[in-house]
Amino acid sequence: MKYMHLIWAALFRRKSRTFLTLVSILAAFLLFGMLDATRAAFDSGDSVIGVDRLITTSRYSIIQSLPASLQTRMEAIPGVKSVGYANWFGGIYQDPKNFVLSFAVSDNYLDIYHEMELPAEQRKAYETTRTGAIVGDALAKRFGWKVGDKIPLQSTIFPQRNGDKTWPFDIVGIYTPAKGAANGTDQQFFFHHKYFEDANAFHSIGTTVGWYVVKLTSADKADSVAKAIDALSANSDHETKTQTEQAFNASFAKQLGDIGLIVSAIMGAVFFTLILLTGNTMAQAVRERTNELAVLKTIGFSSQSVLGMVLAEGVLLLVLGGVLGLALAGVVVPIVAKGSGGMLNLPPIGASTWILGLMLMVVIGALVGALPAIRAMRLNIVDALAGR
Amino acid sequence: MNALKKFGFGLLMLLIVAAFLALWIALPWQGVVALGVVLALWMALTRRGRQTWQVTRVGLATVTQRLGSSSVVVVGIAGVVGVLVAMLAMSDGFAETLRSTGNDRTAIVLRGGSQAELNSILDRDSANIVMQAPGVKKDAQGKPIASGELVVVANLPRRGDPNSDSNVPIRGVSDDVWKLRDQVKIVEGRTFRPGLGEIIVGKGAKAQFEGIDVGKTLRLAGQTWTVVGVFESHDALESELWADTQSVASAYRRGSSVQSVTVLLDSPKAFDTLKASLVADPRLKVDVSTTQDYFSKQSEGLTKVLRAVGITVGVIMAIGAIFGALNTMFAAIQARAREIATLRAIGFRGVPVVVSVMLETMMLALLGGLIGAGVVWLVFNGYSTSTLGANFSQVVFRFHVSGALLWTGIKWALAIGFIGGLFPALRAARVPVTTALREL
Repeated sequence: MKYMHLIWAALFRRKSRTFLTLVSILAAFLLFGMLDATRAAFDSGDSVIGVDRLITTSRYSIIQSLPASLQTRMEAIPGVKSVGYANWFGGIYQDPKNFVLSFAVSDNYLDIYHEMELPAEQRKAYETTRTGAIVGDALAKRFGWKVGDKIPLQSTIFPQRNGDKTWPFDIVGIYTPAKGAANGTDQQFFFHHKYFEDANAFHSIGTTVGWYVVKLTSADKADSVAKAIDALSANSDHETKTQTEQAFNASFAKQLGDIGLIVSAIMGAVFFTLILLTGNTMAQAVRERTNELAVLKTIGFSSQSVLGMVLAEGVLLLVLGGVLGLALAGVVVPIVAKGSGGMLNLPPIGASTWILGLMLMVVIGALVGALPAIRAMRLNIVDALAGR
Repeated sequence: MNALKKFGFGLLMLLIVAAFLALWIALPWQGVVALGVVLALWMALTRRGRQTWQVTRVGLATVTQRLGSSSVVVVGIAGVVGVLVAMLAMSDGFAETLRSTGNDRTAIVLRGGSQAELNSILDRDSANIVMQAPGVKKDAQGKPIASGELVVVANLPRRGDPNSDSNVPIRGVSDDVWKLRDQVKIVEGRTFRPGLGEIIVGKGAKAQFEGIDVGKTLRLAGQTWTVVGVFESHDALESELWADTQSVASAYRRGSSVQSVTVLLDSPKAFDTLKASLVADPRLKVDVSTTQDYFSKQSEGLTKVLRAVGITVGVIMAIGAIFGALNTMFAAIQARAREIATLRAIGFRGVPVVVSVMLETMMLALLGGLIGAGVVWLVFNGYSTSTLGANFSQVVFRFHVSGALLWTGIKWALAIGFIGGLFPALRAARVPVTTALREL
């Protein structure tokens, strides 16, 4: 660190060149930040909140419903704390573009998904209002909904008994997701399954549910409970498939396409180019300074410290540009998320992105510095000073 | 005063670059060819032009000595063009697959407001009214050519990934489907016989999902089905599995209802008659669209997102590449500073120097663009993948690297080359000869 001023001076020896390189690095890490946010948006697999929950769906396909009679049998399985259920509503608000992730849910659903934090009096109001609905804070903000609003939600699947496709709802609560909740939790809309059954044109809906959510007494029972649940309906016409919430979410995200692969491919192309580009700049910078480095060695700097200085120069260059780029991504990502009208639900740049980004900066910095640094280390003073 | 002059000059350059980019994006390929011809003529016929050619030749001859830094420009631009073209090829391929699924000779009728077949339901009476409506073509026996269809979704694992689950669409179709969708051909095995639990699979679905080869059986809704054939259609239908409507309805307990009715129109003009009569019918509440409109609409959302992402990523990468090119070309003219100054000292003017540096950068850029677009074309053209479509089920589609896309890629490359070369070129022409000769 005592040579910091020397490294700094070397870095800004040619201001325009360093500036141009920095902009390239900045662009690369801006992209890295944005793409990593996109990847994170589709990857809700590492949330610890849902580890004690299972999802039971029809084995044959996601659109098939399950008999409501399964609930009591599932509750009897040892290791099961409670069983809730939900149904897909397919709601749209005013315009088909305004898709609302809406579900008709059982009364204990909010206890199972305890990460949705709702003030006690709003919870009470929800329980006593037949047409009551609770919505995530981000969703409420998106459409400007407030507690007390009456809003119509059109279902693309279920008409009401009177033939009307528009269902009236009373917003009675707005929840905030707890820290660590899965991405997108703040964009959902829940209402009573009872209301859904009673007003639905499909009378059979009362005897079926879309899928079950199972709360376990402890997370390590997941395997045995899942097997026991699936055994209940084995060889029937409504066989089930029970998996942990993470596995369910992961397989769902995978259906959109391999987002992770696309992102890594783009990042690979970007960083390969970056290494080449910055490596070239560094090589130039060191070549120009051959004389100075020789002088440094002449006045007693060891070969190792010259090596270290050039390496440090590379890392510093990358860290400077990278931190600026990631910071810029931190500003840009929320703007993009907002601009997409809720379609792209990007989480803000998190600590894990920063850590990975910093690691990349150091590694790439060392990589681009390596060749020039070794050259500098091996520099023969006499030859260098003679200009050979 | 000097600072003001410098600022004014910078501003002027910025305006020129902006104007050039706007013009360049709007320019069709004929325009670019014309520009190229004008440049070649200028270089061949005028004195300045011949000087430019000489300087450019020297520059190009020495590129090999600057191989490292020149390759940075080439590879950087190849990366930008490659990513851009790949993303656009993905969005184009998806849009094209869905667009070619429909045509204006057939119409699809869904329950009002349902948007996709999966959400729609039509009871038998409504379906019959639709089939009997005016505008629907009748066959020799006077029976309307129509198919009442059901789409359900089954879970199948992706090929090579037995633990994955994908929603694969299964369509129940009527006998008339072969007249309605004449692009569909059986390429392996035979078609299904109604009522026997037989099913045929699309070529795309077969390539993407496990366990649906001819002769295999699969379990759907608790029943066993046998795969008896493979069909090809070169559109989104290839992602599906087909069986007869009644069998699918009974397996999935749908009674006599269907989800959609597809009808063959008397003529494309008959669509208006059909729509008017169905909309006016008080017994029905349905949405009527040509299959062309219906399928094109389904691709809209995703196509837009992919294009937007592709262009955003492309622009950010391009900014990075422009600065990389600037760096390289500044270094290149610096290495040649004395040589350029000598040329100017012996009478070469500014224009040839500027043009030649620009030409050199743009040639490197062109090479990069060709490499990037070429690699994407080689690797991704026809590459087949799938995503979740409007029916909550997988749509298999292919990347389509069209000529137009390759052209877009090359245009981007040349634009990056232009900006990356302009400023170094101006510097080369503006540095006082005496200073340049003294340098190094």
